[in-house]
Amino acid sequence: MNEKDQLWREEVSIFAADERYVNRRQFAKFLVLTSAGMFVGNLWILVRSWLTGQPAWPVQPVAKLNEIPVGGVKLFRYPGPQDPCILVRHGETEFAAYSQKCTHLSCAVYYAPGPGRLECPCHEGFFSVRDGRVLQGPPQRPLPRIVLERRGDQLVATGVDLQTEAT
Amino acid sequence: MNQPQPQSERPPQRRGLTAIDGALALIAILLIVQMWLLTATLEGFLAGHREGVLPAALLSGVLLLACLGLYLFVRGVDREVRK
Repeated sequence: MNEKDQLWREEVSIFAADERYVNRRQFAKFLVLTSAGMFVGNLWILVRSWLTGQPAWPVQPVAKLNEIPVGGVKLFRYPGPQDPCILVRHGETEFAAYSQKCTHLSCAVYYAPGPGRLECPCHEGFFSVRDGRVLQGPPQRPLPRIVLERRGDQLVATGVDLQTEAT
Repeated sequence: MNQPQPQSERPPQRRGLTAIDGALALIAILLIVQMWLLTATLEGFLAGHREGVLPAALLSGVLLLACLGLYLFVRGVDREVRK
């Protein structure tokens, strides 16, 4: 039997009894390829973590203090135009701003003044308006908090806190 | 009632199949661990925990090598039995 003939006989059995072996070997090959895919995924995360350093956050005015009533909100974008955020005035002198993307599947969260929490309508993930931590639902991580500074009568965004310590 | 045959008395074809099935089960278990590792690493990375990314990649590589070793074992048994 020449080499070429042997190759195709390994892949396609001509005997019914050998079929079980061929099927199992090919299934094992498929599983190993899947395993290689998982490894590539892990490598991709590793490369991303090496390439993305600490970003320099822009300083951006968000709102005037008297612009929002107590229990009111203002939507803005920070740090880039693709990053929707929500500013909430939940007390006379208490302001909090968070990324508006739910940490589960990126649906937009909104403020529910009654229970005083940020709610995701997609899968009922609830976040505390005081610190952004998860109160209920499928999200595993708190909402990224926008760092606010008070400058005169203005609120200014100066950074994003991913709140890794709160997880 | 039929008694199960001792390992040494089974025909080589049947024994080969049992060995391959065992190896396949092991590969499947390693793959499940690798899937969990990938999702946990991604979740951690998105939450800003970068310290676990390198060990996870190394462990994933080790699991891939183990799967590859088992596949080579399957191929070896397959060739041996069908020779």
